[in-house]
Amino acid sequence: MSKLAMDVPPKGGFSFDLCKRNAMLAKDGVQLPPFRKTGTTIVGLIYQDGVVLGADTRATEGPIVADKNCEKIHYLAPNIYCCGAGTAADTEAVTDMVSAQLQLHRYHTGRESRVVTALTYLKRHLFSYQGHVSAALVLGGVDFTGPHLHTIYPHGSTDTLPYATMGSGSLAAMAIFESKYKEGLTRDEGVQLVTEAICAGIFNDLGSGSNVDICVITKGSKEYLRNHLQPNPRTYVTPKEYTFSKKTEVLSTLVTTLKERVEVVEAGDKMEE
Amino acid sequence: MESNQANPSILCSPEGSQRTLYPYVTGTSVVALKYKDGILMAADMGGSYGSTLRYKSVERMKPIGKHSLLGASGEISDFQELLKYLDELVLYDNMWDDGNSLGPKEIHNYLTRVMYNRRNKFNPLWNSLVLGGVKNGEKYLGMVSMIGVNFEDNHVATGFGNHLARPILRDEWREDLSFEEGVKLLEKCMRVLLYRDRSAVNKLQIAKITGEGITISQPYSLKTFWGFSAFQNPTAGAEGSW
Repeated sequence: MSKLAMDVPPKGGFSFDLCKRNAMLAKDGVQLPPFRKTGTTIVGLIYQDGVVLGADTRATEGPIVADKNCEKIHYLAPNIYCCGAGTAADTEAVTDMVSAQLQLHRYHTGRESRVVTALTYLKRHLFSYQGHVSAALVLGGVDFTGPHLHTIYPHGSTDTLPYATMGSGSLAAMAIFESKYKEGLTRDEGVQLVTEAICAGIFNDLGSGSNVDICVITKGSKEYLRNHLQPNPRTYVTPKEYTFSKKTEVLSTLVTTLKERVEVVEAGDKMEE
Repeated sequence: MESNQANPSILCSPEGSQRTLYPYVTGTSVVALKYKDGILMAADMGGSYGSTLRYKSVERMKPIGKHSLLGASGEISDFQELLKYLDELVLYDNMWDDGNSLGPKEIHNYLTRVMYNRRNKFNPLWNSLVLGGVKNGEKYLGMVSMIGVNFEDNHVATGFGNHLARPILRDEWREDLSFEEGVKLLEKCMRVLLYRDRSAVNKLQIAKITGEGITISQPYSLKTFWGFSAFQNPTAGAEGSW
């Protein structure tokens, strides 16, 4: 009797097949390639008309700054944005994927996306990977039910908060929020408070640095303020231009035009089939 | 026969003497800053036993000699041991009866040596210490960690205070703070710590040391605010999450 090869339908969740092989390789001294983390400060807060999200712009690979000006505020929908901390590839991939899913959902329902929809897509994906997708997110947006702000942890749990911080600089930023947040902030006060919180992360946490990005979302509109504040400019730029030594002198110039070498025949033979 | 032998593993093994491996009863952060007339230091009165808040009237700040104030976080029994050493030191100094007294710089140096030497013997005093004082009009504020790292600064904090209070202090501290402004700033830091540090207690003391002397306030609590409307029914939009 021939063995029937049954096609087992793919089960959901994380496939642990390669773990044994990885453990064996690690024992033999093979090092995993380092991943680029965004040691980060990301924050969000709800003010009277909507949501303000903020992020720093430093991406680190261990002790080295890999990208001095990366973008950590990702687009999910015209009215929903998401800040990401953790492994850069994970935050990019997961937000891209959910953004596409949300667009399909919008076509399917014919309505503006809701923040809880994005929240559910993200948390279901992250939970099924049991924390191995290392993405810690601050999700904010305004839909017809009002402004919403959520935090999502790599293992898939979520919080709904009026002000939130994530990343390695989250304690410094939270210290600013806890001492200065009040209800009913205006747009300018909200942006100012978020900038202060990100600056606390930039200057007090080694994993965060460079510039401050802000995104303000209100009902029906959004403002993406890339590099809203640049508190770390290059301090010394040489005032003199670079000087190069004298170039080779030109003694004479001779220009020869290229002749046309292709002759186009009007009625040629048909191509043989 | 082995009948009368005491358990050999403790007495005769190479690690016969027991050393501190982990702390048991711990105090949380201490925050201190220099102000116009001297030093202000704040610490809460909690002594945690692991994850239980066991002791709620532990005084973690003590005056040393005439000119200094010592605040400690970490293992409480090691703090008490340090106070014993400092007591002997101050007594010895007083017995000279020569009109000189140990100032904060000297005490800070002594503490650094003690902590570093204990760490070298792999038997640390599990504390982070804050030493502040005023002598001859000069203000001094320094910190020593359990491995002997020491430095001096205008504002210091231990433990969680490093992450939560120092960003606030770096932003808002200035020279010549008045007493009221200094207390307000310290209370701001202690309030954030109360919200965000799980081992903090809402019962704190603030100590002041100036050229005139040392005062440690009576214990009191901070007012906290939990009434944000977003906390009332947070998951109205997202059923099933926090």
